[in-house]
Amino acid sequence: MTQPTIPRPMISLQSVSKRFGSFVAVDAATFDIAPGEFFSLLGPSGCGKTTLLRMIGGFERQSEGDILIDGESMGIRPPNQRPTNMVFQSYAIFPHLDIAENIAYGLVNRDLDKATIAKKVAQALEMVRLEGLGNRRTNQISGGQRQRVALARAIVCEPKVLLLDEPLGALDKKLREEMQIELRQLQKSLGITFIFVTHDQEEALSLSDRIAVMARGKVLQIDTATSLYERPNCREVAGFIGNMNFFEGRIASIANGVAAVEIGPGQHVRVSAGSGSAPGQAAIVAVRPEKIDAGATQPQGNGAATANVIKARALAGSYLGDRSLVLAEWREGTAPISVSLQNRKTLATASPGSIAGTDSVATGAPIWITWPIEAGVLLNS
Amino acid sequence: METIRKHLNLLSLFAVLYLAFLYVPVLLLPLFSFNDNIYVTLPFKGFTLKWYSNLLANSGLQSALWASVKVGVGVAVFSTFLGLLAARAMTRYRLPFRRSLYALIMLPLVIPYMVIGVSTLVILRRGFDMDLSLWTVGASHVLITVPLSMLVLMARMEGFDRSLEEASRDLGDTAWRSFRRVTLPLVMPGIVSSLLLCFITSFDEYLLAFFLAGSEATLPIFIFSSLRFPSKIPDVLALGSLILMVSIVLVVFAEWLRRRGVSGSDSSVI
Repeated sequence: MTQPTIPRPMISLQSVSKRFGSFVAVDAATFDIAPGEFFSLLGPSGCGKTTLLRMIGGFERQSEGDILIDGESMGIRPPNQRPTNMVFQSYAIFPHLDIAENIAYGLVNRDLDKATIAKKVAQALEMVRLEGLGNRRTNQISGGQRQRVALARAIVCEPKVLLLDEPLGALDKKLREEMQIELRQLQKSLGITFIFVTHDQEEALSLSDRIAVMARGKVLQIDTATSLYERPNCREVAGFIGNMNFFEGRIASIANGVAAVEIGPGQHVRVSAGSGSAPGQAAIVAVRPEKIDAGATQPQGNGAATANVIKARALAGSYLGDRSLVLAEWREGTAPISVSLQNRKTLATASPGSIAGTDSVATGAPIWITWPIEAGVLLNS
Repeated sequence: METIRKHLNLLSLFAVLYLAFLYVPVLLLPLFSFNDNIYVTLPFKGFTLKWYSNLLANSGLQSALWASVKVGVGVAVFSTFLGLLAARAMTRYRLPFRRSLYALIMLPLVIPYMVIGVSTLVILRRGFDMDLSLWTVGASHVLITVPLSMLVLMARMEGFDRSLEEASRDLGDTAWRSFRRVTLPLVMPGIVSSLLLCFITSFDEYLLAFFLAGSEATLPIFIFSSLRFPSKIPDVLALGSLILMVSIVLVVFAEWLRRRGVSGSDSSVI
């Protein structure tokens, strides 16, 4: 994987691996994180994202490789000697201390006088909007407030890097969305590098400057949210983030940077091809459901020349309010194509035969699936 | 409805009888300790404090009490210390042979004290040619109380989130400071429970003390030997009442400590 090199990275992972017995939890992770970046580690549970985070924080010792923070090798330094702080998944609020004592916990280890500590704690409480709650006991505050205490307790130590282990996982949906916005604003205003572990792709896409997608201990792709979604580099990333239709086949020809992929006997779809592709290769064409259009009549005119057209049979349609989902079978024995249609038309303007809701998709009726050539992505199979 | 109510009444009756069975004998002890009669029988003959004043004069009893307190306190502190180390090792580290080690430490709980007593006696006298003393009694009591202590403390250590200790390291604590600032305060209720449990176990243990005590008797041994002399029994009642009072104060104090230490969300064991 080639990455644009970052001139002075805040974090530099150099083939960092972690093995538990014969199980490889993290496999030679190598990448850089820029100062002030909001960087997410995204993947299904058990993909090694938390283990990687814990190695950066010093809670797990890497089996191989080294981690550099701000140019300094961390080696096997314990957590208390690293310029990182962590917001734990369980928040790990000390139950025997009150809120202010929790926030002051790390400051007590510094050479600071009492007045300075009190001032910093007050500032931190203000920053996470918990003014006046310093004397509360930890069981007297809500989940969202506990989350903020954990955040304040870490940030008050002014780390170079803040590590966040699924910090919003325990909150309900509404609170989580509020905290996402707050987290992002906080990160912007402080300028601290954030490394954020999550299995929630929407959360990762909306918050992060860049995202590393992981699976089975491997880093599959590191990119911005848009690039990950629009230009996934492999089937796994494409399938993990959002929904994706896959057409497996073989490259028949390449002309002017456009490959024709044979996906069935005599059936070709066209897709933009990179320099690495050659005729004869097995390949997968991936298309997002919302990039596909579906109609009850065969498309005519010049639109058809720059688009892929597949004739299919409607299997099912479901009306979801803002959009409709249509499943269409284009060949027996392959996964049906899923099409997401925006319901832009009103009932009055919807033309007869158009698919604006479930009732207009008759099961078994023929429909025409079309998408522009540039909407597809060519993946190695 | 009717049958349910009937069942409830039977259940409450059972509960009352059960509690009476448990506690009435214990409550009779202080009552008879004020009775002006050398025999422990009804009806009460009159109020007296002479058994309590007898206690002050009974030097044998006093030295036995003192011996038991010394052994009990020593055993409680030492066993709890060992129990704390063992519990930490069991809950925080991946030990080889963890289960076997655990079983080995727990074993004295299920071996009859008689067997432990005899075998320890043989080994100490024949094997090491040691004189019997309160030390040998204490050693055997440590053997039987370490598993108790470890059980109590393991439950306590497993009961709190491990990331609390990690968080303290993350916030700049060394391993030792983290233990002092986080682990110890959170385990404290368990430590208090363990100290009490070990002390009480040692304090009224008879069999091992009987085998392993030298010339100095512990309290249970002294009491058992007193039972042969009817005139000594009221003294024992007075002493029992005092011990009962001290135990109640201790238990209330421990409970108060526990509630004060960790309130609400984090409930303690025992």
